[in-house]
Amino acid sequence: MDGSVELPLVEVSDLSVKFVSREVTVHAVNNVSFSARRGEVLCILGESGSGKSVTLRSLMRLLPRQARVDGDVRVNGKDVLAMGARELRDLRGGLVAMIFQEPMTALDPVYTVGQQIGEMVRRHTGCDRKAARARGLELLDLVGVPSAQRRLDAYPHELSGGLRQRAMIAMALSCNPQLLLADEPTTALDATVQVQVLILLRRLQRELGMGMIFVTHDLGVAAEIADTIAVMYAGRIVEIGPVAQVLSDPLHPYTAGLLASTVHGQQKDHDIDAIPGSPPDMRRLSQGCSFAPRCPRQSVRCHATVPQPRFIAPDRMAACLNLSVGTE
Amino acid sequence: MALAAASNPRLDPPDRAGPAQPLLIARDLKKHFPVKGARGKAVQAVDGVSFTVRKGETLGIVGESGCGKSTLARLLLHLVSPDAGELVFDGDAVGVAGGIALNALRRQVQIVFQDSYSSLNPRMPVRDSVAFGPFIQGRKKAEARDIARAILGKVGLDANLFGPRYPHELSGGQKQRVNIARALATDPRMVILDEPVSALDKSVEAQVLNLLRALKRQLNLTYVFISHDLNVVRYISDRVLVMYLGRVVELGPVDAIFEQPLHPYTRALLASHPSMDPARRIEEPPISGDPPNPIDPPSGCRFRTRCPCAEPVCESTVPVLGEWLDMQSHVAACHMQDPKSGHSKAGEA
Repeated sequence: MDGSVELPLVEVSDLSVKFVSREVTVHAVNNVSFSARRGEVLCILGESGSGKSVTLRSLMRLLPRQARVDGDVRVNGKDVLAMGARELRDLRGGLVAMIFQEPMTALDPVYTVGQQIGEMVRRHTGCDRKAARARGLELLDLVGVPSAQRRLDAYPHELSGGLRQRAMIAMALSCNPQLLLADEPTTALDATVQVQVLILLRRLQRELGMGMIFVTHDLGVAAEIADTIAVMYAGRIVEIGPVAQVLSDPLHPYTAGLLASTVHGQQKDHDIDAIPGSPPDMRRLSQGCSFAPRCPRQSVRCHATVPQPRFIAPDRMAACLNLSVGTE
Repeated sequence: MALAAASNPRLDPPDRAGPAQPLLIARDLKKHFPVKGARGKAVQAVDGVSFTVRKGETLGIVGESGCGKSTLARLLLHLVSPDAGELVFDGDAVGVAGGIALNALRRQVQIVFQDSYSSLNPRMPVRDSVAFGPFIQGRKKAEARDIARAILGKVGLDANLFGPRYPHELSGGQKQRVNIARALATDPRMVILDEPVSALDKSVEAQVLNLLRALKRQLNLTYVFISHDLNVVRYISDRVLVMYLGRVVELGPVDAIFEQPLHPYTRALLASHPSMDPARRIEEPPISGDPPNPIDPPSGCRFRTRCPCAEPVCESTVPVLGEWLDMQSHVAACHMQDPKSGHSKAGEA
């Protein structure tokens, strides 16, 4: 707030996450760097297994024990990877909060919504039960839950999918986080409910001035909510840029292929331009660019070295050896 | 029967009444699932659904979760038997004495499920899973195996390389190809595709959609394509049926449905769909709230609790789907479409 305006809210550099077991090592995230400002919505777009959720979870260190995390993660200037257990508990739900894909499994089925929100409020602010309940009511109103008083005493199974997701958003917002992490929060919802939740998240993010990192596999959802898009493939960020530019003028061949293969208004009597092949095995990543085997622009060099990020503008990056841009 | 099939599978069974006779007619299908512990209550999964499927077309079925589209798919195959209503497959009644035998129906109608892993036997190499259908239908083992090899090649999998593998050794897209092969192995005339690409990544989804289109051309198939993804349905379907809480709300040719939707629910569903253009974001939710519980659906029109145009008549009277004349008919179950319904906006739209 004071003079620290230029400092990014989130700064991740060279983040790598490996899952090591006796038989195999899965390279889930490889040398990922990005940053996000206050009040910005960053969308991490990728297919299943691309490492987008693992990247998101490492911002809060919500990873299982066998995960090996390297690199540097700073939220609001604080080094998250160096935090002790106590500091982490303050961070989670306080400075950084998260909403998950499946509210039924993320909420505790044996406590009412009010109890769960109240527990969090009391842990972070130290207020009494009565104040916590009042705050819970205020929050349910904020996220647009009708008859909030009654819903506060409802158990998660008594709510519909959309209301459950709203309750989880209320819980995440309870301690005024500066950074909201959202892991596919609308994927499990129906189309008519999904758009309601997206509009709600966009409004809350703007009103509360939060930074938000939103993970999705859905281009349409990203187009609805993102300011900036980071595209992930096989554990690496292959492209970053403002949403309109990435969707209208993709630099990386993977992004271009993803756009072409997503069905939206193609002519009915023509085949869709599908990307051939399938994503690589994360246990055995090749030496070079992971997308090279499926890439229309591949060359010999692509199979030998991992392409380094190239910035064609301060906010526009692509990691490809054969960028076809005249954009100087 | 089996021998005739072996000699010339495309002519068995003969296409009896020519292209004019619908391949499948569903009349007033109904399926209610009783709720445990609540006497007399039932989930009204499918409640009076009627439609026809013409030979060679792709009928898309859209709707939100819980609207009964998957139950409908299972009813069409008699995987669950309907509580009421009738099903006619190419002139033969299904599930009644003197009608088509279930065994014969399931040779001609096959299904591909959404979850490609759980619909394959994990303890069987995929070539055996594919050969199982023809074997059960009376082919010799060696014959069934040859069919499996050929059909695996048709769906783009090398039978030598992939045939001996188990489902867990395949990727999602490859498993779904195996499921398509398994469905095609009995040489069906109609395939029901229940969200066949929903669990796949976008880059693989396009491959599978292209494959389905190519197979339909090669094998003269008829598809019933169930999905919640409007873009995919628009791309692949000839006609579209929209369901809401167990009932058909709108039915018509694909372009008519997408360009001039008649039912307020269809309009809301289309308006809720992200545009893929950040300059044209949806600013206001087209409708609020969630779909109601199918155990206790609203009386009259089931959409009335979320409909911006609801009036007393919507609560008291169930709207009927307009008169269906031919395959180009575009009809909706809404009082506003019926000038005599008593709705103040009747006949306007």
